[in-house]
Amino acid sequence: MEEVMRLKKISKSFGRNQVLFGVDFNLRAGEIHGIMGENGAGKSTLMNIVYGNLRPDSGEIWIDGQKVTIHEVRDAQKLGICFVQQEIALCQDAMVAENIFMSRISQGKGFNLKKMAEEARQLLEPLCHGAIDPYEIVERLPISCQQLVEIAKAISNNCKILILDEPTSSLSGSEADALHKVVQGLKEKGIGVIYITHRMSDVFEQCDRVSVLRDGNMVSTMDIKDASVQGLVNDMAGREVDILYPDKAEHISKNDEDVVLEVTNLTDAAGRFKDVSFRLYKGEILGFAGLLGAGRSEVMMGITGLRKMSGGSVIYKGQNILGKATSDIFEDGLVLLPEDRKVQGLFLDMDIEYNTSAVYLRQITKRGAIDRAAEREQAERMCNAMNVKCTGLGQIVRSLSGGNQQKVLLAKVLAKKPKVVIMDEPTRGVDVGAKAEIHRLLRQLTQEGVSVILISSELNEVIGMSDRVMMMDSTGCLVGQAEGEDINSDHIMYYISDAYKYAEVNQEVKEHE
Amino acid sequence: MNKSNTNGAARLLKKALQLREMSLILIIAIMCVVLSFTNPFFATTSNLQTVLGSVAVDGILTIGMILVMLTGGLDLSIGSVMCMGMAIAGKGIQMGLPVVVALLLGILAAAVSGLLVGLIVTRLHLSHFIVTLCFMGIARGIVYAMTSGIAISLIAQMKENPVLSYLGSGYVGGLVPMCFVVFLILAIATDIYTRKSSVMRRVYYTGSNEMAAKHSGIKTDRIKVGVCVACSVMAGIASIIYMSKYNGVTVSAGEGAEMTALSAAVIGGVSMNGGKGTIAGGLLGLLFIVLIQDAMNLFSVQAFWQDLIRYLIVLLAVILDVLQDKARKKKNS
Repeated sequence: MEEVMRLKKISKSFGRNQVLFGVDFNLRAGEIHGIMGENGAGKSTLMNIVYGNLRPDSGEIWIDGQKVTIHEVRDAQKLGICFVQQEIALCQDAMVAENIFMSRISQGKGFNLKKMAEEARQLLEPLCHGAIDPYEIVERLPISCQQLVEIAKAISNNCKILILDEPTSSLSGSEADALHKVVQGLKEKGIGVIYITHRMSDVFEQCDRVSVLRDGNMVSTMDIKDASVQGLVNDMAGREVDILYPDKAEHISKNDEDVVLEVTNLTDAAGRFKDVSFRLYKGEILGFAGLLGAGRSEVMMGITGLRKMSGGSVIYKGQNILGKATSDIFEDGLVLLPEDRKVQGLFLDMDIEYNTSAVYLRQITKRGAIDRAAEREQAERMCNAMNVKCTGLGQIVRSLSGGNQQKVLLAKVLAKKPKVVIMDEPTRGVDVGAKAEIHRLLRQLTQEGVSVILISSELNEVIGMSDRVMMMDSTGCLVGQAEGEDINSDHIMYYISDAYKYAEVNQEVKEHE
Repeated sequence: MNKSNTNGAARLLKKALQLREMSLILIIAIMCVVLSFTNPFFATTSNLQTVLGSVAVDGILTIGMILVMLTGGLDLSIGSVMCMGMAIAGKGIQMGLPVVVALLLGILAAAVSGLLVGLIVTRLHLSHFIVTLCFMGIARGIVYAMTSGIAISLIAQMKENPVLSYLGSGYVGGLVPMCFVVFLILAIATDIYTRKSSVMRRVYYTGSNEMAAKHSGIKTDRIKVGVCVACSVMAGIASIIYMSKYNGVTVSAGEGAEMTALSAAVIGGVSMNGGKGTIAGGLLGLLFIVLIQDAMNLFSVQAFWQDLIRYLIVLLAVILDVLQDKARKKKNS
């Protein structure tokens, strides 16, 4: 097969942080080439270089056997490179058709809405069978439809190379199937497709070849018939995955007096979830599994008073804490480590000391004034406990690496010893070493009698860490819990995806027959 | 031990030199030296008294402005609210209310205005800019409605109340304007409070990253309303000084004060995005502006040019600030 693109020795660093180390890659016409790798492995950076959003520090890009330089996105588009980003980047206030043909509009060619809408309809037809009206304002579409608009936008543009960055992460099963059909069609037309994904099923069912990136290095490239799940996982992680997780708790006693937190029929005022009930026992790690956007974070914000609830109760230390102020709940020993450390977690432009004292100001306040000595002592103690690598407590948090930022966030939340810790994505965007440290710390906390609720978008993490797993489907309902042997990806995936619902429907149909 | 001590001292010195306050003090000192050598009138008692006197009212307003800016907001209504407080107090005194009651009424009116601004901003998630812009007009409108646009003269009443009169036009030891002393006490008190208190720390957290502050259990809405009220109370206090200084109420009092306060704070290193800056810095910024103004007056720069020059300097300071910030972030990332 003919080669449409070849990357030679692409390197890229951001400041002192090198993210790509001489990556080689080639793409053939008419193939779907999967790229896998953990978060932060450099997949998105590589693709942004190909698409002209970033410039490589060194290395060459060859398209159709010619060396090219891509300075900006327009250069890439002229070469027939199309990129569907992971996050939706549409003009929310504009119509579907306008979004699809935005680059054409921006080039100042004739603006004929009727004609554009017709063309948009043709592009969208195979994707969604007329479900999306080209005249609709994008904002009013559900996320899955917006994703399809993104794809239509990408392929509208005389496409030779199509890059899909986790296209199915926000799609349901049938939508993903429709997307795959479209992609296969494009492949038959001779388009080279780069398919970034985390899902093994996508790789094995759709791709012809697969490459694995790890810490900025291209570790392996192989035909799909030579690949195995275990092999790919090992390539991504760089070692046997199982080693990563500490031992689980030996025994959790589940008597009534061991319940530290009891949530009953908790319902969100904005309707993101309803009737959520569960119990948390002393010294356990309770995992929450669910697909992206299932509403797990919202439940936790509801428990800690950061989100408005319309009903239910949260019993902690014998009283209902629903409606209490967040500061009082934290002070009482129930704390939340927020999901997004940059937005919700840290004061990036402040130093480590200021960050670690934010939650428990009362602890270091004497007669209204902050005791700086006590503050410093606390910051020092917590940074040592979390093993934060820094030049000093006065270092600005923005300048720390992702892993160390996360440790500062942990230090901030754990500055006073809690009884219950809710950890929302405690290891997102953190390197492997820091991840293992955080996992050990979590386990250590439970050994000291603290109870932990763990939310993670990585199912593996939930499986590896949790003593018990609550499963939440995409409509925000808890659909069951898994214990012991049942904590495995097949079982959990079956419940948190739509699979169990189809199974139930099938069951009913059979019974009718 | 000894070594670490000298190290610490060296670090402290380095840190002090990096502070915005330090560079401003240096610039102001140089300005003073240059001015006193180039212009015979600068170092005269009467000129210095004028400078200090004009710092007082704007200074108190600037303190309020800085407090709001630390949370990431701004208050365009301070000048008008000051005028409103003054008009209410002045009317009260004219009508024969006890002076203290009238003054408290003025401050209370200002505080209510701040409270309303804070509540609207936090409850409806509107920007400070648009809400305070409206309140700027509303407060001024109230003044016009109350006075029909006619100035209130309190010359007679001031004579009966030497204490009130002393606040604005008296001199401590015959030298330092009393209004400056009032301002200085307020400035030092708020500066210390800002650096040490746990409440103000929450203000900084809120301005630095409101979402993170919320997730740290800080009641950010309460903080934001609080600084709006504090800012307006400052305007209320400033109104007393102003009234006493000018023996009455002019309906145009405080016009443009918001811009002076805002530019002073920005020059003094208070971030428009919140979370950064000190009272001392902002007030040094004000001193800088007042000195520039004074220099222009002493050298008889035409009034038409003064605004142009002043705001060019502010723009320059802002650009410098952004460049510095960018360089630092680049170094850090």
